[in-house]
Amino acid sequence: MVDTRQTIDIPNLAEKARQLRLDILDMTTQAGSGHPSSSFSAVEILVALFFGGILRHRPGDPWWPGRDRFIMSKGHAAPLLYAVLAAAGYFPRQELWRLRQIDSPVQGHPIQGLLPGVEATTGSLGQGLSVGLGHVLGGRLNKLDYRVYVLIGDGECQAGQVWEAAMAAAHFKADRLTAILDYNKYQETGPISREMGLEPLAEKWRSFGWQVSQADGHDIPALISALRSFPQETGRPSILIAHTVKGKGVSFVEADFTFHGRALKPEQAALAREEILYGTR
Amino acid sequence: MVPGEKAGLRPGKPMRDVFGEALLAVCRENPRVVVLDGDLGNSTKAETVRMAFPERFFNLGIAESNLVGVGAGLAACGFIPWITSFSSFLLCNAYDQIRLAVAISNLNAKILGSHGGITLGQDGPTQMGIEDLALMGGLPTMTILVPSDQASMHAAVRAATEHVGPVFLRSSRVAMPHIYPAENTPFEIGKANVIRQGDDLAIVACGLMVGMALDAAATLAEQGIQARVIDLHTLRPLDRETLVAAASQTGAVVTAEEHLLQGGMGSNVARLLGEACPVPMRFVGLADAYAESADPDELLVKYHLTAADIAQAAREAFQAKVAARDNRNQK
Repeated sequence: MVDTRQTIDIPNLAEKARQLRLDILDMTTQAGSGHPSSSFSAVEILVALFFGGILRHRPGDPWWPGRDRFIMSKGHAAPLLYAVLAAAGYFPRQELWRLRQIDSPVQGHPIQGLLPGVEATTGSLGQGLSVGLGHVLGGRLNKLDYRVYVLIGDGECQAGQVWEAAMAAAHFKADRLTAILDYNKYQETGPISREMGLEPLAEKWRSFGWQVSQADGHDIPALISALRSFPQETGRPSILIAHTVKGKGVSFVEADFTFHGRALKPEQAALAREEILYGTR
Repeated sequence: MVPGEKAGLRPGKPMRDVFGEALLAVCRENPRVVVLDGDLGNSTKAETVRMAFPERFFNLGIAESNLVGVGAGLAACGFIPWITSFSSFLLCNAYDQIRLAVAISNLNAKILGSHGGITLGQDGPTQMGIEDLALMGGLPTMTILVPSDQASMHAAVRAATEHVGPVFLRSSRVAMPHIYPAENTPFEIGKANVIRQGDDLAIVACGLMVGMALDAAATLAEQGIQARVIDLHTLRPLDRETLVAAASQTGAVVTAEEHLLQGGMGSNVARLLGEACPVPMRFVGLADAYAESADPDELLVKYHLTAADIAQAAREAFQAKVAARDNRNQK
């Protein structure tokens, strides 16, 4: 196992995560709608991918054919996707403040073709893994060795298409496909276990022929380490089940799952900003 | 009567066989073309490519949602995927995926819906694609093609492959008579073909009904009515110029399609002409009912999709035009 703690600047990555949360907060509060809590839960996952040395990409040459792909299958976490792409240099940060505004490429859910770095249109859950598999098969035909990372939600795993893709990825020995599951344990209307339980989840993926790893989804070094330690060229796709907290970073959002599809009001946002910057007092 | 016989047309091959040949031809010409199958390649005839180019053929199994998603990923990599299955399964199972991953994304992917209409016959209404044109009509970026014979199938597959953007193409199990020459086949996306001249009324048809429209025109000519026949092989974009010219020059229009009347070709033509050039119209197509298992020819008779039905509708439209003119002259 690679010890990334020696090679990655952890305080810098923690600062990136803080900044992304602030951007998500500001974007959604200004827009007056959006999905802040679903975005907060996956912040560290995207920091690990984009700034932890996992993704091979060139923000200045966004459609470089050899790039690793990142697909945000849980499209409602669009604010996080936009914030991380802007932070990586795909487009100017000012674009973020046009979220959900008229004549803006920064749509409520990601639309392919409007912004560099947005690899797929998502927002109807269940679709991203299939698109990721298409990219893997395309890479094989093009004789390119890139990897494809797809962030999926836990509620999303209730969709049949996810398991169609899981079956097909194993069948096609798509070992360049890695799913990361943002397992924050909540879906729109309540706790997953109450609404439509997924367990035993790791066993499900294993039985479909996937390599499964699990990590604390807010521990950036652990995420980097887990993503680096999947054995390569095994003929099996891989999934990292990242255990996360919905609304992570803001105590009153963590405590209230109804923030799923709702922005914070300006006064709540002020409190949230304090917590993101200085922690709870 | 065999479609096209009255008009003196030569019988052709089953359209799905022609699709298989046409698909193989574009795969030979263009290495970027890949084919995705929902485990029906032996029926859609997409399997021609499996044998010739196994590395460019993917059977995704009986999982249409994933089939479309994988196709979208391949399109994003610069390939031209032909995503193939029965339209009843592909469009109805994976409408969400076609809408989001292909149409909203405006990807360069091609959707082949085979077994369109009721003429697949004995397998029955569960397999019949009688709503495919309406469903694809609901996707604003989707080009919609319905070839009417062998030559136009070849031309349509080539045109769809060369067109940049999402395209739906209807294929059928049934054989259609030869309308066009195999060489220099007139086929331009969005440009309807006037295949018979006439100024008493216009018959606008697509697919199987084009040959029948020529049969109907032959019958009408014996009765002194000269029908213009238009092969409307492209439903989106609609050829406004040809349709408006037909309506204004003939004064009566009949549409004929092997599809539900609701949301199909006729509704689209009526919407256009209702605004641009309202004239008496009649519509030949499927009423609000599902068909049944039977011999295709028997089904066409029972569900009123014959040359005789088109001729009857044409006489009605023509008489309505004459009656309206007489009415105006009396005032």
